[in-house]
Amino acid sequence: MTLMEVLQAVVLALVGAGALAVVLARDRVRQVLVVSVYGVLLAVLFFTFQAPDVTLSELAVGAVALPVILLLAISKVRKREQ
Amino acid sequence: MSPRPRLYLFLAGIAGLVACYLWAFGGMPAFGHYPGPYGPAILRAAIAQTHATGVVSAVNFEYRGFDTVGEEFILFTAAAGLSVVLRRLRGEREGGRAIPDADNSNKRTTSAAVRVPALLLAGPTVLVGWWLASHAQTNPSGGFQGGVVLATAFVLVYLSGEFLAFRRLSPVALLDAVEAIGAAGFAAVGLTAVIMGLPYLYNFIPLGQIPGAVSSGGVIPVISFFVGLEVAAAFTAIIGEFLEQTLLVRRGA
Repeated sequence: MTLMEVLQAVVLALVGAGALAVVLARDRVRQVLVVSVYGVLLAVLFFTFQAPDVTLSELAVGAVALPVILLLAISKVRKREQ
Repeated sequence: MSPRPRLYLFLAGIAGLVACYLWAFGGMPAFGHYPGPYGPAILRAAIAQTHATGVVSAVNFEYRGFDTVGEEFILFTAAAGLSVVLRRLRGEREGGRAIPDADNSNKRTTSAAVRVPALLLAGPTVLVGWWLASHAQTNPSGGFQGGVVLATAFVLVYLSGEFLAFRRLSPVALLDAVEAIGAAGFAAVGLTAVIMGLPYLYNFIPLGQIPGAVSSGGVIPVISFFVGLEVAAAFTAIIGEFLEQTLLVRRGA
């Protein structure tokens, strides 16, 4: 096993743990933050698998744009519930 | 269905899934061994054929360009659909002082620790976004990545506590126009080739002398530019619609 393969295995395990953490987070706002961290983990995964272009997209979409949209939607739903 | 039979049904299903999964796993190629003929063929030919060292962009905008036009219009349609759904709601509720009120409430709740770094980062983010969108032909960047990074610059402006500045920098009419220009520009590059008697999206612009130079790649940097416009405008429009929805409801409460 080369060093790169060890790194890939470690990051794959982290992504698995991150996905589990997303599902297990029950509070909606906290879940969005976990999703954002999960997006960063996925970006690292893509980078270790030599896809820097996908890394850039995932960083911007998965770690920033998606959490922002989710947070705004949660904020709107909360206002309606009150 | 009572819990016990449901559990048995679930266990039978999961056993079948695991069996099929393991069976499929056994037939897979070894880790990192890609069996198809297409990848190696592209890697051998791409730089010589397109003079673009960003081979991913060469595949996206040239070899597979027709597919990417479709993807571009998926995003365009998504943003347009969202605007149609959310803007009707806004029209129903819109009052004279909606946005100034929202802006004030926003200013009260944003701390300097968020505002100052967000403002400082907005400029460099625009620079990185445009750099990515304009260098598709030389490295693994491209219009999509650059466009999304550009859109996050607008989010930073909002985070700095300035919803009014967000709207002034990205008026809805301008966003709609830029998005349409981006989407239509990509399609128009392809149609230009057709008018010249070449296949749709054929690379009709001279490729440049030096592979990997910013001016190389023919139509690839042009398409990447239009994709950058489209993606940046679409994402900013989507986030802007969500922002306005949230702030308007806040006002109504």
